[in-house]
Amino acid sequence: MRKVMSDQPRQANEILLKGIPAAPGIAIGPSLIFHKTLPIVEERLLQPSEVEAELDRLRQAVARSKKELQKIFRFAEEKLGDEEGKIFEAQLLILEDSVLFDTIFLRIRTELRNAGYIVYDEIEKYHRLMASSRDEYTRERALDVEDLRNRILRNLQEEKLVSKLQTSAIVVSHVLAAADTLILSRNDILGYLTEVGGVTSHTALLARALKIPAVVGVRHVVSMVKEGTPVIIDGYGGNVIIHPSEETLRFYQEKKRKHKEFEDRLADLRDLPAETPDGRQIELVANVELVEELEFVHVQGADGIGLYRSETLLLGKEVFPTEDEQADHYALLADSMFPKMIVIRTFDIGGDKMMAHPVRESNPFLGWRGIRVMLDKTNVFMDQLRAILRASSRKNVKIMFPMVSNIKELREARRYLEEAKRDLVEANIPFDEKIKVGVMIEVPAAAVITEDLAKEVDFLSIGTNDLIQYLLAVDRSNDIVSSLYQEFHPAVVRFLRRIIERGKKEGVTVGMCGEMAGDPLATVLLLGLGLDEFSVVPMMLPEIKKIIRSTKYRDARRVAKHVLSLQTEDEVKSYLLAWMKKRFPDIPQGEGS
Amino acid sequence: MIEREVTIKNRAGLHTRPAATLVKLAAQFKSDFFINKDGFEINGKSIIGVMTLAAEQGAEMILRFSGEDENDAMAAVVELFERGFDEQ
Repeated sequence: MRKVMSDQPRQANEILLKGIPAAPGIAIGPSLIFHKTLPIVEERLLQPSEVEAELDRLRQAVARSKKELQKIFRFAEEKLGDEEGKIFEAQLLILEDSVLFDTIFLRIRTELRNAGYIVYDEIEKYHRLMASSRDEYTRERALDVEDLRNRILRNLQEEKLVSKLQTSAIVVSHVLAAADTLILSRNDILGYLTEVGGVTSHTALLARALKIPAVVGVRHVVSMVKEGTPVIIDGYGGNVIIHPSEETLRFYQEKKRKHKEFEDRLADLRDLPAETPDGRQIELVANVELVEELEFVHVQGADGIGLYRSETLLLGKEVFPTEDEQADHYALLADSMFPKMIVIRTFDIGGDKMMAHPVRESNPFLGWRGIRVMLDKTNVFMDQLRAILRASSRKNVKIMFPMVSNIKELREARRYLEEAKRDLVEANIPFDEKIKVGVMIEVPAAAVITEDLAKEVDFLSIGTNDLIQYLLAVDRSNDIVSSLYQEFHPAVVRFLRRIIERGKKEGVTVGMCGEMAGDPLATVLLLGLGLDEFSVVPMMLPEIKKIIRSTKYRDARRVAKHVLSLQTEDEVKSYLLAWMKKRFPDIPQGEGS
Repeated sequence: MIEREVTIKNRAGLHTRPAATLVKLAAQFKSDFFINKDGFEINGKSIIGVMTLAAEQGAEMILRFSGEDENDAMAAVVELFERGFDEQ
């Protein structure tokens, strides 16, 4: 959750910026500006006698580029495994494109122009076409082509990559290509800070895998810092502070220290249940995107996985993974958590998530996404349903549908699930015939018909991020209105009460997997509203557990009752903050998930 | 010179992997090979060119071959399209 910490000291000359928290942790240090500016390409005419030397220079530059890329490729495979490493494949293949390089060599000979100019000009033709493609995949490849072109040009100018940094630093850049992120990680990098990119960008993915804090999507940040400017990045909350005052610096050093200390202490909680002192049992589970997180999920003591975002399987992929590939992957998840339960959410694509289709929509959040896509792409849907079922034979898998907005969609999805079951019966493949099915409540319409949906499912999971956006009509990635995105808006609180009450009345489990579930400020309120299951980022598990284990359900109900009578978000937040400060003075406040 | 119209059958379209397969196959023949999609023509032996086509499933294109082994080249390439680039 991106919000300004109310108790954070600030001074006039420091600059506070908001970004997207992409990899957790706090980094404090000098900035290192990583320029992705285009190499300067001069056009120069050659004497015929210079041509052979020029061609030789180019051959050497290509050879060096190839060596660099192979090194990166091997490093990526080693650090991240074969699959992730493949993102560098396209560049290597283009380096071996003899048609392209024959043309470039021929042009240098006949036009008598320098190699740098011809390389730029020739590759730019393709780059321009790819960058303007309406196919998302091709536009991504345009970045690869650009990166490769710059690599060759840099090698022509015989410049070395910034490799060995003198001091440890926070890398500040407009954008980081996957190769840059990796290369830089070999140095003493404290954190990554970029102007573009989202949670699913290559930078974010790699930073998490490398355990380096990152904040992405901070607009214009490069123009605000110089080489060495002191910066703080908060990879938990997405805060970025440039030129921090002494006071702010101390605040974050303290926060970093507290986090470390707190995490050490919380480790003791790992094997204890998430139960209130007066005996209310809560399911405290984890949101998971990558298999690499599983170890951490165990360390943090989760009761299971409350949300596995299966669409992360599509990252960097050209096609939907096959049924077999998916089945293996889901089985790995299920087995590693067994006997704990895992909830697999079917592909939630569209909206701000990666697009597996080339359709451009004027309003993707109100467009083709979630279950809507799957009900149109039924082959993909059936492959996934069969794969999930195949992983369910040990009966610890549940299935969940995203973005349901009417009951017909749920029924249709269930009909496909039944069909998938019949396929497996025919093929004599074992699965859990009574696999539990749930829906996400993230569209206000679904919230209003909670009771109807609840009659036809086993569990509900509230997706607060989208629900709040839709309910308040606020696009939280739109800077102009993002402050109106209020998770403690009284309308949100009252709406949540309604969903939880109606769902429980029908006898189903009501959980929450949105960011709000992992915001410590919301825990007591949600507990008091009667939420059965909290699904949170692994990072936040111990903290939320500690709050649950120290708060009587009776007290939480009283808090919820009072909050329901308040009329502004400010009132709600200050009431909750005061309550938390009194009871949990040592919990670092306000980072959310 | 001979030509043939084909449709992309595989789900990925002419993305990196299928493009690489196509280029490698075409390189085994002496004939020139060009692909024309929506009036835009690229050299079918160039991976960067094929990637530029951004050809997705269902896209139609004209394959053009010219050279001494043009018949064999066309037969092999058309078959690769028919097989959906051996994509699973």
